Amino acid sequence: MSRIKGCFAQLKEQHKKALIPYVAAGDPNPDITVDLMHAMVASGADIIELGVPFSDPMADGPVIQKASERALVYGTSLSDVLAMIKVFREQDNSTPVVLMGYLNPIEIMGYETFAKAAQDAGVDGVLTVDIPPEEADDYVPALKAHALDPIFLLSPTTTKERMRHICEYASGFIYYVSVKGVTGTSALDTSEVAQRLKIINEVTDLPVGVGFGIKNAETAAAIGKVSEAVVVGSALVNLVEQNAHDTLGNDKIIKDISQVLLSMRAALDA
Amino acid sequence: MTSDSQTEKKLSDMPDDKGHFGQYGGMFVPETLMEPLEELKQAYFNYMQDQEFLNELDNDLKNYVGRPSPLYFAERLSRELGGAKIYLKREDLNHTGAHKVNNTVGQMLLAKRMGKTRIIAETGAGQHGVATATVAARLGLECVVYMGAEDIQRQALNVYRMKLLGARVVSVESGSRTLKDALNEAMRDWVTNIDKTFYIIGTAAGPHPYPALVRDFQAIIGRETRQQIMEHEGRLPDALVACIGGGSNAIGLFYPFVDDHDVSMYGVEAAGHGLETGEHAAPLCAGKPGVLHGNRTYLMEDRHGQIIPTHSVSAGLDYPGVGPEHSWLKDIGRANYVAVTDEEALSAFHELTQVEGIMPALESSHAIAYVKKLAPTMDKEQIIVVNLSGRGDKDIHTVATIDGIEF
Ligand SMILES: Cc1ncc(COP(=O)(O)O)c(C=O)c1O
Repeated sequence: MSRIKGCFAQLKEQHKKALIPYVAAGDPNPDITVDLMHAMVASGADIIELGVPFSDPMADGPVIQKASERALVYGTSLSDVLAMIKVFREQDNSTPVVLMGYLNPIEIMGYETFAKAAQDAGVDGVLTVDIPPEEADDYVPALKAHALDPIFLLSPTTTKERMRHICEYASGFIYYVSVKGVTGTSALDTSEVAQRLKIINEVTDLPVGVGFGIKNAETAAAIGKVSEAVVVGSALVNLVEQNAHDTLGNDKIIKDISQVLLSMRAALDA
Repeated sequence: MTSDSQTEKKLSDMPDDKGHFGQYGGMFVPETLMEPLEELKQAYFNYMQDQEFLNELDNDLKNYVGRPSPLYFAERLSRELGGAKIYLKREDLNHTGAHKVNNTVGQMLLAKRMGKTRIIAETGAGQHGVATATVAARLGLECVVYMGAEDIQRQALNVYRMKLLGARVVSVESGSRTLKDALNEAMRDWVTNIDKTFYIIGTAAGPHPYPALVRDFQAIIGRETRQQIMEHEGRLPDALVACIGGGSNAIGLFYPFVDDHDVSMYGVEAAGHGLETGEHAAPLCAGKPGVLHGNRTYLMEDRHGQIIPTHSVSAGLDYPGVGPEHSWLKDIGRANYVAVTDEEALSAFHELTQVEGIMPALESSHAIAYVKKLAPTMDKEQIIVVNLSGRGDKDIHTVATIDGIEF
């Protein structure tokens, strides 16, 4: 069983919801990433979503754009990110890791080369923001051949018919983008999300995670009531930004992010 | 169907229904944009066959833009270069001074039919931003133009023009603060405000259906050229030349000729300080295929797939990608892609101004610079049509600064 599938199965047994933090690899410097990943697991993260920095993050708001820019100052490449995960796996062989990013770095590496390297590094799922199933006829088989779950997005504009189509390509879990907009957008409407999730659950048996707009323990808990997983990104990356220019910032970043995750964990489990 | 029908397939039949030109093009966008793009595709397919829509478009092109634009025989330039006869397709004489308005008039009509009330655009040199602000003013629609902070500096005059026209110009501070970042920001706006917003892309790039749609609105350039050259010369030209930023003025001229295999085509990219310096904006000449801004195409990128900074003296060519149809025309060998440096373009700017009394945009000057190389290699009987995509008034400041002149 894949780590992601195993993780959701176990959580279901315990009647718990998955907490999925997002941070950009290499932000604000490459030294922090592996330590931060371990700290997030210790603070209640079930799955880690690791952003692969890209020069043109078209679907991200200012907070995650700047995270990419900070990471690219150090030239953090896709290969570097895979190397970080390899180090993470030396101590943690159970927490699923999902890469989140844009297609071009994968395209340049080559789908097959990438998928093999990602499997070797211990990656479990890949969420590429700018590849819809329409363009994924080579991409999905390459991932699946290397036991990687292709994670796809559904959005408020996705019709039911399209949902069916997308879910045929997806495995691991489905990521529901809760608002029309880029990452870091506020104004999340819990009751509307609940309605959409009802439709998604009619279409697929895959667990559904909800992201975009989850800011704190309160919103996490509200969304956790209606979905199997909550993804929290910009709220954490904001904490990176606040300490990015401090030489002793890494410890503070890890402490701040851990604290927020602990509060979200508690709220989700309450 | 026999296998013959395969070989009879015309080059002009592209793209396929998923927006692919061979391996290029497509729809590489976040899920939220798939439905809006589908809606746009439907509207575009329907209205491009709707006689009432086409009549309204024709009427606007004639009476608002001032089409047809003349095809002018540049007799003195031809004589000086001592080779082929050179004709200039005078897109510089259009309302707002460039070919960009052909596309904004068309997309604005689509926006109106689709009931959208808010218009957004990206701009580099500011020509597309001005052309968008112009048509938005005419319809009284809200208009937001995204422009890289760097370009706002370089093209201050056009920024003010847009403001006079009632548009809000948003300075984009992310990334390299140029056209590519303005495009990212416009996409982000679109994702956020899709219900009432129409995104008018300014070049033949972006996700399907934009490359086809922009081409079809710009193809008026090539259709007129065909008719006009028949009137002047009684035959088709031997060569077409156009500059390439995202590729809209070039594809507009080329497209009606793609199935005429005797007509050769030259797309001219910006070699900046020289291809060998890496400081240029010539993805077709010196880049490799990748995925950016919703389509697969030639890009300027590093070995990790990060998009790299570009350089050109001309803001309208300063873009690391190119429309996907050009990538395909390059790979199948139907069109040739070449590059000229800043210096060559500036020299062509001065030469055309002095020899013909026509001041070209710095973008168009790249096309003229290549004609200066090509024409002397051809016979006096042969014909070149070069797309004079815009007028040079917007660039006077840049040229003066380079010449060391302060106002
Ligand atoms: C006068 C002129 N020509 C050419 C271009 C380049 O764009 P494209 O390659 O889409 O024609 C621009 C872009 O701003 C322009 O203003």
